[in-house]
Amino acid sequence: MKLKKWKELTPGAVCTKAGSALEFKTGSWRAFRPRWIEENCIQCLFCWAYCPDMAVKVKDGKMEGFYYDYCKGCGICALECPGKKGKKAIVMEEEGK
Amino acid sequence: MAKVVAVTGNEAVANALRQVNPDVSSAYPITPATDIMQRFTSFVSNGKVKTEMILVESEHSAMSGCIGASAAGGRVMTATSSQGLALMWEELFIASGTRLPIVMALVNRALSAPLNIHGDHSDGMGARDCGWIQLWSENAQEAYDNTIQAFRIAEHMDVRLPVMVCMDGFIISHSIERMEYLEDEAIKNFVGEFQQTNPLLDLEHPVSYGPLILPDYYMEYRKAHAEVMAQAPKVVLDIAKDFEKISGRKYGLFESYRLDDAEIGIVILNSAAGTTKDAIDLFREKGIKAGLLKPRLYRPFPYEEVGDALKHLKAVCVLDRADAFGGSYGPLFIDIASSLYPYKDKPVLINKIYGLGGRDYLPGHAELVLNELAEILRTGKVKTFKEYIGVRE
Repeated sequence: MKLKKWKELTPGAVCTKAGSALEFKTGSWRAFRPRWIEENCIQCLFCWAYCPDMAVKVKDGKMEGFYYDYCKGCGICALECPGKKGKKAIVMEEEGK
Repeated sequence: MAKVVAVTGNEAVANALRQVNPDVSSAYPITPATDIMQRFTSFVSNGKVKTEMILVESEHSAMSGCIGASAAGGRVMTATSSQGLALMWEELFIASGTRLPIVMALVNRALSAPLNIHGDHSDGMGARDCGWIQLWSENAQEAYDNTIQAFRIAEHMDVRLPVMVCMDGFIISHSIERMEYLEDEAIKNFVGEFQQTNPLLDLEHPVSYGPLILPDYYMEYRKAHAEVMAQAPKVVLDIAKDFEKISGRKYGLFESYRLDDAEIGIVILNSAAGTTKDAIDLFREKGIKAGLLKPRLYRPFPYEEVGDALKHLKAVCVLDRADAFGGSYGPLFIDIASSLYPYKDKPVLINKIYGLGGRDYLPGHAELVLNELAEILRTGKVKTFKEYIGVRE
């Protein structure tokens, strides 16, 4: 992406384009990575509701993984996940292992 | 038709604000600025203005409220002093960095500790590099005139920056002087309508304020801010010309008093300039060529113009009503020295710290300084480059 020069900026750093946060990929901060275990998932969508970003991928009302470009690995989804019969559908794993 | 009145500086500023009739004000009381907002809130209560008045729990919140209201699209003002300005510190940078044209009356007062409520410039000087425009005022008339012009300067499309209008606590804020009010209608027409560039409340064009700007862009925003500041002197002069048309009063970037043929001179801010002018007249009568320069636009500092106005003098004393601890000289001295730095032939510069915490600045002090400058002229010798005057040794 070509970076803008100082004369080309919006005064006061105001963002005039809606949804531009999509262009700002923050997933690289992550130290822990959520892994989805489909067979333990009851599709309660708690993970989607609790995610402080919008990193839970949902299609046609169903959870189907993560947008790793935006997931910062906070682990809230894994904590809230009720799982099935005591087995979590989301587990956190250390990055780079 | 102008109306001649006898009012305090605070009353004058409160009336200027009534005539401008801003959309929103968010404020917290602090001596000696309290009286401005006390008078203004009575205008709100009595239906004299349509301003939405937000009473908050601290100055940090007062400036935060101003920032939100300004971003939303309103014309916004507030007033503070000393510790109040200090508590606004981080918000001052947010207001200027976000390019919000907020107008704030700063009634200059000493900073604690030791606790003191009286007039000195340590509050305004501490905030001189926070990206706001600063206008300084000698008396109630100038404070009134500067407040009205401040809205036009702040909201000018080449500027869009917050403006602080400074006047001396108690000496001006609480003393009654003769001055002139302009007609309400004239002020209404002079300031016109305000239109925010990207208002938050424009639901047809949604925007976000206050994003995170990382090393790839932060420096470009700072460069843009510096360049916008550089446009301010021209805008200040243009607006002064417009203001002269409705008031008959002339304003520049600074005031020169008997400076053209002067050999010795004093540079001094705000109310003490009045006292100094009397001393200068006295020395002129004795045949000593003395003059004065009183900065009005202090930020951005018009280095070139000030340097040009002072370079022909032989000896100049800069009087500071604030010290820059560890900076060796007072803040005004440092700026004056910078403005003269490019010239090969320049006056000898000395610095006096005076009037801290409301200590009286008397004609005798000005005479003492002018005598010392005359002595430097005669002998070519400087006794001391910086000292406190009016202090018990």
